[in-house]
Amino acid sequence: MTTPVFAAVAVGDALAPLTYTVTRKQLVKYAGAAGDFNAIHWNGRVAREVGLPDVIAHGMFTMASAGRIVTEWVGDPGQVTQMEVRFTRPVVVPDDDQGATVEVTAVIGALDPDARTARVDITAKFNGQTVLGKARATVSLPA
Amino acid sequence: MALNEAFVGKAFPYHETYCVGVENIREFARAIGDENPLYIDREAARAAGYRDVVAPPTFVIAVIMKAQDELLFNPELGLDFDVVVHGDQRFVHHRPIVAGDVLTSTPYVDKVRQAAGNDLISLRTEVTDPDGKPVCTAYGTLVARGTA
Repeated sequence: MTTPVFAAVAVGDALAPLTYTVTRKQLVKYAGAAGDFNAIHWNGRVAREVGLPDVIAHGMFTMASAGRIVTEWVGDPGQVTQMEVRFTRPVVVPDDDQGATVEVTAVIGALDPDARTARVDITAKFNGQTVLGKARATVSLPA
Repeated sequence: MALNEAFVGKAFPYHETYCVGVENIREFARAIGDENPLYIDREAARAAGYRDVVAPPTFVIAVIMKAQDELLFNPELGLDFDVVVHGDQRFVHHRPIVAGDVLTSTPYVDKVRQAAGNDLISLRTEVTDPDGKPVCTAYGTLVARGTA
């Protein structure tokens, strides 16, 4: 893995796209690792009772998974100084072995030459619709 | 039911520190399907200049979870947790989190409001090291659907 350097990065550059699949089993693993046991992320009955279509992925699972597009580009996750998202649509995870597939793309949205940082703008789509709004990361880059 | 305005502007320091273990980071990284060697391999992390394995950028949510939950489940706040979904999240990292860190979380309620029939609460959680130095600031909004 080669670390991108500031001088070689331009606004509009696209990062290598990423596709991931999320199953119920992964949501259970994530619940344990993150300590988030809200039942809407593993129990379809509870999810439907509160008006959701079915079990939905943790927003934070989607943020973490979509954020991989940035850490895979930069290599060292310690260079990611900020990350933010709005959760605009749920990722519904069916009770089957296929799960839900999310497609992630990203471009360089802005550069700050004084701070030597790049803003990465992330798009995550499920069933052709975006699931995150204003999804951005700030990355510190070597000269 | 409107959320309790008396919570706004207050700090709710959490009594337990979070001791970041190597396995906490590895388990989180594997749960998000990310096998970056700096999350998993202690030697690779040291070779990259870290004291031990590095946490993924969103790992800090696990660090602050109990502190936030204690605040959000406080019955005086009036939040119906059964209908809560996550509205937004932002992390500002003052330095990377690595295994061996001992972290204190202090959530603050920045704002409560109502919009489109929902109750919204905006939290800011300051994560600090044992010397009180800032490690991360986490901003998040939670939405209680249809309770307003």
